[in-house]
Amino acid sequence: MIGILRSRLKLGQQTVAYPQGPARFPERFRGRPVLDPGRCPEGCAACAKVCPTGAIRELPSLALDMGRCLFCTECSAACPTGAISFTRDYRLAGRTKEELLVCRDEPTLARALDEKMQELFGRSLRFRQVSAGGCNGCEAELNASGNVQFDLSRFGIQFVASPRHADGLVVTGPVTENMLLALQQTYEAIPPPRLVVAVGACAISGGPFAGTPVANDGLAGALPGVPVDLWIPGCPPHPITILDGLLRLLGRVRGDALKLADTGIMNPDRSGGG
Amino acid sequence: MDAPFETWNGACAPLSEIPVLNPDRFQRFLADGLAAGGRVVSLFGRPAKAERVLVTAVVADDSANRIGLLSTAVSRRWPSLAARFPSLQGFERELAEQFGLIPEGHPWLKPLRFEHRRAGGTDSGRGSHPPIPGDYPFFQVAGEEIHEVAVGPVHAGIIEPGHFRFQCHGEEVLHLEIVLGYQHRGVERLLEGGPDPRTLAVAETIAGDTSIGHGLACCCALEAMAGMEAPPRASFLRAIALELERLANHTGDLGALAGDVGFLPTMSACGALRAEFLNATAEICGNRFGRGLLVPGGVRFDLLPDEAARLAEKVSGAFALVRESASLFLHAPSCRNRTDGTGALSLELCDQLGLVGPAARACGATRDVRRDHPFGLYRFAHIPVANAETGDVFARAWVRYLEAERSAQFVVNHLRMLPSGPVRSPLPPLPAHRLAVSMVEGWRGEIAHVVVTDGDGRLERYKVLDPSFHNWMGLALALRGEQISDFPLCNKSFNLSYAGHDL
Repeated sequence: MIGILRSRLKLGQQTVAYPQGPARFPERFRGRPVLDPGRCPEGCAACAKVCPTGAIRELPSLALDMGRCLFCTECSAACPTGAISFTRDYRLAGRTKEELLVCRDEPTLARALDEKMQELFGRSLRFRQVSAGGCNGCEAELNASGNVQFDLSRFGIQFVASPRHADGLVVTGPVTENMLLALQQTYEAIPPPRLVVAVGACAISGGPFAGTPVANDGLAGALPGVPVDLWIPGCPPHPITILDGLLRLLGRVRGDALKLADTGIMNPDRSGGG
Repeated sequence: MDAPFETWNGACAPLSEIPVLNPDRFQRFLADGLAAGGRVVSLFGRPAKAERVLVTAVVADDSANRIGLLSTAVSRRWPSLAARFPSLQGFERELAEQFGLIPEGHPWLKPLRFEHRRAGGTDSGRGSHPPIPGDYPFFQVAGEEIHEVAVGPVHAGIIEPGHFRFQCHGEEVLHLEIVLGYQHRGVERLLEGGPDPRTLAVAETIAGDTSIGHGLACCCALEAMAGMEAPPRASFLRAIALELERLANHTGDLGALAGDVGFLPTMSACGALRAEFLNATAEICGNRFGRGLLVPGGVRFDLLPDEAARLAEKVSGAFALVRESASLFLHAPSCRNRTDGTGALSLELCDQLGLVGPAARACGATRDVRRDHPFGLYRFAHIPVANAETGDVFARAWVRYLEAERSAQFVVNHLRMLPSGPVRSPLPPLPAHRLAVSMVEGWRGEIAHVVVTDGDGRLERYKVLDPSFHNWMGLALALRGEQISDFPLCNKSFNLSYAGHDL
């Protein structure tokens, strides 16, 4: 018993300072990309050619779809003019798929739910998680978001065993054909009003598995017509990215309260190519 | 051309050199090889002429550090060897599912992952009513006092999907049947036609907790095919990343096992300490799972000398805490009471099933790809193989602890002696009509990627083997005669991948 207490004391306080204080990220953490389409040479598509998931689009001008992005940084390494770089900004979640499209450098942060929904779920939110072809990367980070470090439950957010006890659904994976029925039934078993959250590139766009004939390119393809309240990009998203998305959805974190520029998080990635 | 073509891990063979025997002779060779202590690393098909399927066996001779390659052309039916060599049961079911080859006399011919048939090399397309896993011919025990428990595919926690069907008499499990396939994403077919920009992204997500293991197997397969090797500094960084992955997962598993017996101090400590090793990987490459670190030809990120020294200190400090909190769990009488003798497998059964990784080493088997078929840095730097004998939950926990300890030493030592030089060289185009085998000891055990090129040097067949493919049957049999309430504990002690099995 004394041994247990001694070892517990040695570990000390383990929960991260976020959201009251700054989030600590490794120097090379790859977060939100910023684009400078003005630098694109005429007719150059070097970035699009190397992208594993077709995340780079040449609309009227260069754009990057974070819903497809694996944050591998191949595009920024391939770019001859430095038009694409990755910052350490972890705030990636969006309320719509369109908000995940990065065109320049201003982030679109996830808006809060309306007041009625905030009142319902703001202080207590229970999710049922369904992995539908997830590789166990997003699942592992969702699990980590509940551990003593990130401690999701201090905000009243928990994952529960039954959809009947849940207020919403968190989906990971590209939604395989073989998992489609189970996902539909889980969704239907959750009493409305219910929230739906897509976590990771696979659940948003199919990720590396986009276009495979045995999956549905994510949640929108699998449950057409079902509104999705929050899209959290990444492969997998960092637990703090997940936390940040959920807290913004509930209106418990707003704006740029942490003054990211002061914490150095907005400095473009210094490392990169090998 | 009668003897198998002999080669080794990380080598590339011209297809024309691999002997093609008639099915009877092939099976005789295979049976003799297995009876003499050989192990099937892979047994896979690819379409051949005249509606036949060319089946290739990759058989490892662990003590000689060699692998043998052997092929046969099968037209529709072939005699099953699974009754005599149960380690083949999954391979034969896979061939039946992918190519319609009926293994005659197979004792357990059921769907493996509800994959769609490959017909004559082209995608047969999805039928209008895809089979749903769960619609399945379960083995049933009859009798008035027998009851059945069905769990999954959606489980209570944040876990991948699978279905477990227990036949119980009271609390006692008479039989557990595990149905998988819910995670099938068509990995092999996405890799075929490559290499392309997507190849490594798919390999890294075959089993997301083994991104480095599968990513490395993929890189080594392509490098073997192209006849090149990553520079020495890259080999160091790759091995360091592989051992960090092992450390993170073994630490997490020790915590989760403690959680499953209700021993919370180790659960919360190891749950958080696992992050120290994930974060160490992120210090190298920015991603906690090591995604984006590996690239065919080397690695994308390098470490400055002071970064390497800081990382070594961090890992060494974190492991000291793991040692302390894991010891609490491993020595507490209340934990030993729950783990000693629970879910035990004999060495004999382990060998029959062809188990790999910590699950096999917990039964007393000494196989470890890092020693038996060394690759990259492991050809020069050896890690002692961790062993236990009792084959129970405790042994699986103990082997994980020992392996984590040795990985930590390895990481710390090698971070301090990184050779100088570049970390990446270009991957030349792949030669035509070759086969390369790449094996890596991931944290769950032996990962094998077998690649075959067509006439243009494109990947015509990409066969992936996750250690879970071998080990799921081990979990099913470990439950026999146990209490159903011990299932979570036994399951966690194996901690197998659903996605890696379902591909």
